[in-house]
Amino acid sequence: MNKVVKIDIDGLECIANSDQYIIEAARENGIYIPTLCNYPGVKPKGGCRICTVRVNGKQMTACTTPVSDGMRIENNTEELINLRKSIVELLLVEGNHFCPSCEKSGNCELQALAYRFGIMAPRFPYLFPVRKVDASHPKIIKDQNRCILCKRCIRAITDEKGRSVFAYRRRSSRVEVVVDSKLGKQLTDELAQKAMDVCPVGSILVKEKGFITPIGERKYDKNPIGSDIENITITKR
Amino acid sequence: MGQKITIDPVTRVEGHGKVTIHLDNDGNIEQTRLHIVEFRGFERFVQGRPYWEAPVLVQRLCGICPVSHHLAAAKAMDVIVGAGTGDGLTPTGEKMRRLMHYGQVFQSHTLHFFHLASPDLLFGIDSDPLKRNIIGIAMENRELAVQAVMMRKYGQEVIKATAGKKIHGTGAIPGGINKHLSEEERDYLLNGEPMVNIDQIISWSQGALDFFHDYHQKNKEIIDRFIEFPSSYLSLVRKDGALDIYHGVLRAVDSKGKKILHDIDYHEYYRYIDEEVRSWSYMKFPYLKEYGRETGWYTVGPLARMNTADFIDTPLAQKELEIFKAYNNGKPSNKPMHMHWSRLIEILHCAEKMKELLNDPDVLEGELVVKGNKTDEGVGLVEAPRGTLFHHYKINEDDQIVMANLIVSTTNNNQPMNEAVNQVANKVMKGQPKITEGMMNAVEVAIRAYDPCLSCATHALGQMPLEITVLDSQNNIIDSKHS
Repeated sequence: MNKVVKIDIDGLECIANSDQYIIEAARENGIYIPTLCNYPGVKPKGGCRICTVRVNGKQMTACTTPVSDGMRIENNTEELINLRKSIVELLLVEGNHFCPSCEKSGNCELQALAYRFGIMAPRFPYLFPVRKVDASHPKIIKDQNRCILCKRCIRAITDEKGRSVFAYRRRSSRVEVVVDSKLGKQLTDELAQKAMDVCPVGSILVKEKGFITPIGERKYDKNPIGSDIENITITKR
Repeated sequence: MGQKITIDPVTRVEGHGKVTIHLDNDGNIEQTRLHIVEFRGFERFVQGRPYWEAPVLVQRLCGICPVSHHLAAAKAMDVIVGAGTGDGLTPTGEKMRRLMHYGQVFQSHTLHFFHLASPDLLFGIDSDPLKRNIIGIAMENRELAVQAVMMRKYGQEVIKATAGKKIHGTGAIPGGINKHLSEEERDYLLNGEPMVNIDQIISWSQGALDFFHDYHQKNKEIIDRFIEFPSSYLSLVRKDGALDIYHGVLRAVDSKGKKILHDIDYHEYYRYIDEEVRSWSYMKFPYLKEYGRETGWYTVGPLARMNTADFIDTPLAQKELEIFKAYNNGKPSNKPMHMHWSRLIEILHCAEKMKELLNDPDVLEGELVVKGNKTDEGVGLVEAPRGTLFHHYKINEDDQIVMANLIVSTTNNNQPMNEAVNQVANKVMKGQPKITEGMMNAVEVAIRAYDPCLSCATHALGQMPLEITVLDSQNNIIDSKHS
């Protein structure tokens, strides 16, 4: 049964509902826990590990761990920030992320996190993998160079029967997200736009719409990622 | 024993290049070459990318005039999205792009004249190299240096207001533009204080020309007689023959002013222009097909534009063009140092145009984008600060670019720059027992007049110094100059 619980995040007493995951409870309490694979309204996966927090001293993913009464959570510590920064750096070197010509620049969560963590250059060597751009779909482009395999699109973009329009293909280091050859044909304009919006990077692009938002009006042009959560008025705490 | 002189790197130009001068046993110039020694290959790696990405991607060729590449690519994409062949945009789309372009040419010309070229004029070609730079100008004439910085700033502010950023913005999109000018931006550019306002900018631009006229009067040797050789000239002109750096038809005249390319539709440029590859440089050699490789080469840039245009549609610049034309007896000027003069006339023209556009209500409101029936091929041309810039793309049925061909301004000027280097080397080095720093700088002055963007020309990476080396007939280095 859903009940009100008290949790502690970085020494701050917060009130949450027992059916919430830590990341949701933190958000409602004005505390930002960075993530890339989590998306409001979509079943959590715990894939990117960027939301890793310490719960009663143990590392857990905030997007898949439900709150419980008396839980003590460490979020904004040097150790965790460095861990999260490392994951972002690994994602940057593992794909081909050329922000200067990417139309998602300014709206990209990976880029925004890199800015938030002050990443000037990754500490790891670039892999420069050879990846393809699949532009065969009439409505969208799937640029594998930028895909971070977060599965947001697979989880969020479904047809009326709940079947995923996107799917994993291949295994291990060769795994990639592709458009389902059958379901993809029924992709509406609305779902195509939703797929692009759900994608945290520039891997899913709606055709012929690029750069339509001027610099200065893009999502992260004025405020860093997370500031919308950190700046909300807290009534529950 | 013969010698070979190498100037490596050439300084105060954009990019990296070197000059080699081969001397025979008697100290005569056997051969001179301007080599562009870097390569980047934008034409290749734009392949596979979605077509609407090209204007943003390709502008990364350059940090000095990215707007030119941005707009040339956008114009090519206008054709692809069926928005017409350069004159089919909405009034807002075209005027915002023009404003961006005038701001760009204004700032680039200002940078070239004041920061790169003026030290040679003010201090002398063979003056102390430690003083012969923009810092030297600032120490000598603070007011002029401040003016140069503020003029460049103004152009950059115009770019920021239209493209979103001073360098590498995103304003132009296929079929139009992605923003209006806000009233705040317009008011800032029209009446900004203390130095950023358009009337001050026009006044300074006129002042720069007055400065040049005075200098010219006292230094005819360097401006009129330092380099002179016959060349053909090519540029866009408006359909009625007016100077137009954003859109028009292609016109070329020979060294005496006879039209040799008759206001053609630039979308068919490849029927008239070809490019030759030579083994010793990454920069190609374009030429007019009808006249062949040997005689079909031409000059582009400010001087070419003054030589091809019949008139200028802004009053102050028109007055200056009349002075220019009268001085050259109504014929094309075949003096590359007049490139500086032409550049200053264009600075004034751009300033006047910016004022006109800033007062136009279409930049504040109106439809931004127009589209029509899509095609699979597009050509876009603009007059970049350094001259005519060609962008040509083909796309596949999935909207991916499959072919890109860029002929940039400096590539168009390849042969004339080699001619200028050859002439100056012959003039100052022939039979000289010792090659001095001043002699080598004289060669650079000739190159610098063209304001070459060497990285852009090879789509190459890096800074822009140029090196000069002198070698004997056995290819032993006799002398060299590095920056």
